[in-house]
Amino acid sequence: MSTRHVGEPVQRREDPRLLTGNGRYVDDIGHGALEAAFVRSPHAHARVTDIDASGAVDVDGVVAIYTWEDLDGRVGEPLPVLIPHPSMTHPRTGYCLAKDEVKHVGEAVVMVVARDRYVAEDACSRIRVSYETKPVVVGVDQSRSGGHRVHEDVPDNVSAHLVQEAGDVDAAMAGAPNTLTLELEIDRSASMPMEGKGVYARWDRDEGSLRIYSSTQTSTGVRAAVASKLGMPMAKVECVAPDIGGGFGVKIVHPWPEEVLVPWAARRLGHDVKWTEDRREHFVSSSHERGQLQEVTVGFDDDGRILALDVRFWHDNGAYTPYGIIVPIITSTQLLGPYKPGAYRVEFWSLYTNTVHVTPYRGAGRPQGCFAMERTMDAIAAHLGVDRAEVRSRNFILPEEMPYDQGLMFQDGRPLKYDSGDYPASLAKLKALVGWDDFAQYREQAEREGRKVGLGIACYVEGTGVGPYEGGHVQVESSGRVNVATGLTTQGQSHQTILAQIVADELGVPLDSVHVTTGDTRRMAYAVGTFASRGAVMSGSAVALAARVVRAKALRIAADALEVSPDDLEIEDGVISVKGAPGTSIELKTVAVLSNPLRYAFDAETQAATQFTGTFDPDKPPVAEDDEPGLEGQDFYSPTRSTFANGMHAAVVETDPVTAEVRILRYCVVHDCGTLVNPMVVEGQVHGGVAQGVGGALYERLVYDESGQLLNASFMDFLMPYATEVPEIETDHLETPSPLNPLGIKGAGEAGTIPATAVIASAIEDAEGFPVRSMPISPYELWELRRAHSTTTTAAQEDSR
Amino acid sequence: MSNPPDTEELLDITVHVNGVPRTAATPARRLLSDFLRHDLDLTGTHVGCEHGVCGACTVLLDGEPVRSCLLFAVSAQGHEVTTVEGIGNDPAALSPVQQAFLECHGLQCGFCTPGFVTTITAYLEDHPDPTPEEARDAVSGNLCRCTGYQNIVRSVLRAAEIRRDRGGQR
Amino acid sequence: MKPGPFVHHAPRTVEEAVALLGEHGHDGKVLAGGQSLIPVLNMRLANPGHLVDVNRVEGLDAVEVTGETVRVGALVRHAGLERHDAAFDALPLLRQALRNVAHPAIRNRGTTVGSIAHADPAGEMPAVAVLTGAVVEAAGPRGRREIDAADFFLGPLETTLEPDELVVAVRFGRLPPGTRTGFLEAARRHGDYALAGVAVAVRTEGEEVAEARAGFVSVTPVPSVLDLSPALSGRRTDDLPLDDVADLVLGHVDPESDIHASAEYRAMLAAELTRRALASVARAPADAATEGAA
Repeated sequence: MSTRHVGEPVQRREDPRLLTGNGRYVDDIGHGALEAAFVRSPHAHARVTDIDASGAVDVDGVVAIYTWEDLDGRVGEPLPVLIPHPSMTHPRTGYCLAKDEVKHVGEAVVMVVARDRYVAEDACSRIRVSYETKPVVVGVDQSRSGGHRVHEDVPDNVSAHLVQEAGDVDAAMAGAPNTLTLELEIDRSASMPMEGKGVYARWDRDEGSLRIYSSTQTSTGVRAAVASKLGMPMAKVECVAPDIGGGFGVKIVHPWPEEVLVPWAARRLGHDVKWTEDRREHFVSSSHERGQLQEVTVGFDDDGRILALDVRFWHDNGAYTPYGIIVPIITSTQLLGPYKPGAYRVEFWSLYTNTVHVTPYRGAGRPQGCFAMERTMDAIAAHLGVDRAEVRSRNFILPEEMPYDQGLMFQDGRPLKYDSGDYPASLAKLKALVGWDDFAQYREQAEREGRKVGLGIACYVEGTGVGPYEGGHVQVESSGRVNVATGLTTQGQSHQTILAQIVADELGVPLDSVHVTTGDTRRMAYAVGTFASRGAVMSGSAVALAARVVRAKALRIAADALEVSPDDLEIEDGVISVKGAPGTSIELKTVAVLSNPLRYAFDAETQAATQFTGTFDPDKPPVAEDDEPGLEGQDFYSPTRSTFANGMHAAVVETDPVTAEVRILRYCVVHDCGTLVNPMVVEGQVHGGVAQGVGGALYERLVYDESGQLLNASFMDFLMPYATEVPEIETDHLETPSPLNPLGIKGAGEAGTIPATAVIASAIEDAEGFPVRSMPISPYELWELRRAHSTTTTAAQEDSR
Repeated sequence: MSNPPDTEELLDITVHVNGVPRTAATPARRLLSDFLRHDLDLTGTHVGCEHGVCGACTVLLDGEPVRSCLLFAVSAQGHEVTTVEGIGNDPAALSPVQQAFLECHGLQCGFCTPGFVTTITAYLEDHPDPTPEEARDAVSGNLCRCTGYQNIVRSVLRAAEIRRDRGGQR
Repeated sequence: MKPGPFVHHAPRTVEEAVALLGEHGHDGKVLAGGQSLIPVLNMRLANPGHLVDVNRVEGLDAVEVTGETVRVGALVRHAGLERHDAAFDALPLLRQALRNVAHPAIRNRGTTVGSIAHADPAGEMPAVAVLTGAVVEAAGPRGRREIDAADFFLGPLETTLEPDELVVAVRFGRLPPGTRTGFLEAARRHGDYALAGVAVAVRTEGEEVAEARAGFVSVTPVPSVLDLSPALSGRRTDDLPLDDVADLVLGHVDPESDIHASAEYRAMLAAELTRRALASVARAPADAATEGAA
């Protein structure tokens, strides 16, 4: 039997290159390009009254200075709304360079192109922009109170208002024996990849064509958007995503102003231009996410079964809405998790503020939804005095109820219908992993030692594998090399390895012979992008299907050559042979040669395909009517709807009785993402997700002051965890394959992040004995919460006397 | 703000990089990170923040880890600089630390990785046999957004083993 | 984030450096380790026209231990002082504090004298300077002078140093025999600026405290010393009135609020860290070097 690669922890093909300084990130290429820098608004809301670039024009090495007035054609029009929605009644996007107004600190106003970045920044520092400041709106509270407007023509700062419901919530709530209301809050954070954005544009004057390298999660998206903006035919624009130093969602938005302006400038100047975002720019101009205020009212019976769930939340979408309302829609729908809550209604307002716009960050609204649901579950358990895991399991959708239609529309515009999952089994594994039933004893022991510990739990369901499609192209060369191309991009998800594993298995070739290209529109022009944990599901399925096309053709040609039936053949290690008669065989590379009838042999091997060699039927054409030359195939995977992964986390925390510092003693993850192509890769994704989750729960918060200044726009004050802040992560997993795609994959990219804030809140609440409803939480904030609760307790005690 | 000179003065500097003397004329304000990446075409060292916190730009100065974004190129004059390329530039011949990262899945996007490789290479010279706690501590000055650090810590321990197997060579 | 242009000067002697500062000090900065300066330049929060790079000045990189002091030259890197065994034997508090300064890569380049001249209220070494009665040695066009650490710091990032003066060394005072020291700080992340920190020095005679003092990090506008002797002297090391100490600390510190913590929280933290540092130092055997843990 041949070696199976799918399911094995295969070492990564991309590592030797990346480990030895041979990576090619966007700033590594483009030597000799001119470099761009931007003058960005220091004000959160202002009218631009004057731009005086006279001080910069004579700086040695400056090539061009542009403002909005210089932008011709569509380049001067607002950036696109990528995902419109009927209930987004007031979408707004910005311009590539501010036209009359700036709506957040960091918005680009002037572009400088110069010999190098140092000179470009010198020029920027000498450009004087005059502003007339306007009232600033910061935070959900201020926005929804409607006192000041972010956009003049948007009343109440509401970009969208959406209600979704399934069942009659009001009736169910009225009939519920118990009700609770929770007010919850999650603060703003950001993807913060280690590499910021970057664009390098090569303008070919002779061909009139543009090649754009961008640190993007969607090269097809960038290509199309830039071609449209520049009024160029698609045939003259290509986009390549080189090595990318992390994305986590922020790089799915496109086109960024710079992604339009850099190619535009390159064409205009007839010279390569490059822009590499620095960290400060990233903080003030690359999307943020997470900020919401939530209000949950839940009606439940005396066993803790939810009868009615009524959720309202206010989502801070920042100054613009380029990505529509995907994030709050995901919150609305994924909030339900693995549960069937009887009647459900969710209503949200997406609100403008004078801050950086909000677009998906790993989890993309699911962490917020999970937080709302899981805090509610804990509250129900506390109210009834029932074990928190037990309450959850009483609300689970059971395996026999799959597929389960939640009666709502998901972010892909299709029904929210869970395809598979075994939530009771996941919970059983989690309880075993963390020692759920033994914790009371552990806590008693800790208390005797004067230590405060707590155990938390959180469950989630994640819709992954969102469409519309992805494609795969597989080609076998006459050398035996297998080229695989898919159009989505890679920012560390190991696509070059996992897609090679899949194709190697499908085709029966050595893993080393398979070479994968992602994110290059020259190699696969039809694609969507890398987001929503969809890479393995979508491109994995697509390349599997494409490989099957190639396999079928190879077997057909081999069958002809060997004069057997294709059903009698198998392929192993690149050799096609008759099952049970390995002596009768032909190499796959020879089949590749034969697949392309040649007039001219270009090497010794290809002589076999020329017209005077071999046998052929003179009554049939060299290339059959329904066939094509070459051993290659292309196919697309387009799902009817998303597939649903799930997971559960448990955490043990210790809080310092005096300083309220929080330490995570144990962090346990059970996840089910269907078939694992490479378990090592999946586990790595989980680890990384948990680290961002821990960061989001305890450390990371973007803080704006009332004038719209971002107070912590550096790594010194925006606290991403180091190794010492992230616990050891213990994992276990189930595999309930997805019935919706050929390999049964479900996707794992966001699994580690989604429930982290909820589980840590749950654990701290368990340690402290009072509710934790606002996250992230720092030691200082926990300390304040303790004081607030001890005052309340004291007052209550006094009252009762 | 003072008036800058009209044309910036270029200083001739010679820096030993990865064992080779490299000479260039560069402005005084040229950061070592940019000098390595753009003047010497050694793009293995990456730039993540330019304020010394993330560690992606870490190189070895006379064998000790330093942030190349917080050093001017002129300050490296007369010193020995080692970048990730100097630790191993051949994908077919990985150093113990590089080999360990490969085996332990210690990288995903690879952007922070060179800073870890240099830091850990220097660390193991002085501490060839760390405990897991010490290994975690050793890498706690470098940010990674992809891996959650667990496999990086394992890579440190595995690198120590490989070093021993190879007779203590770097 | 690239620095603006400047004229780079690389003097070889203190005299040359001083002459350059005399000429350019008003529009110039001294470059030693650069670990505080270069981030500021990269962010263009400062745009000096001149940088006086003292890294090639002769004679500034020595650590000298005498019976009374540990003299640290201006170019001694934090890491070098941290590793220096004779300095550690003479004054263990140096290594105890230095281990908390940023991360090793920063310590490999940043200088201890530089961090004292920089006078960041969140800096560890200014607190140690004040607690040990250090003397700052400065050189300027008007000659050399010595400034007691207690008089050196005027406010956050502000010292009595003139723009045309260069600190060439700091002499940390050795502590009397029988003194045990400890250093404890609490930061949000490993290596971050402390929310609060404390350096303690406790001299015992037999089982009893003879004198005790504490210096603080991040909770006073300038590093200052709190004399704990009135509360602790005469008390047995296993029976210290730590609650009284905490009250004294609360009365002494004057922290600021910021996005990471309120003033009240920092004050509480300073008091709690002082309790823990004293408890730990008091328990340690008299001759052993107490490793201050963060």
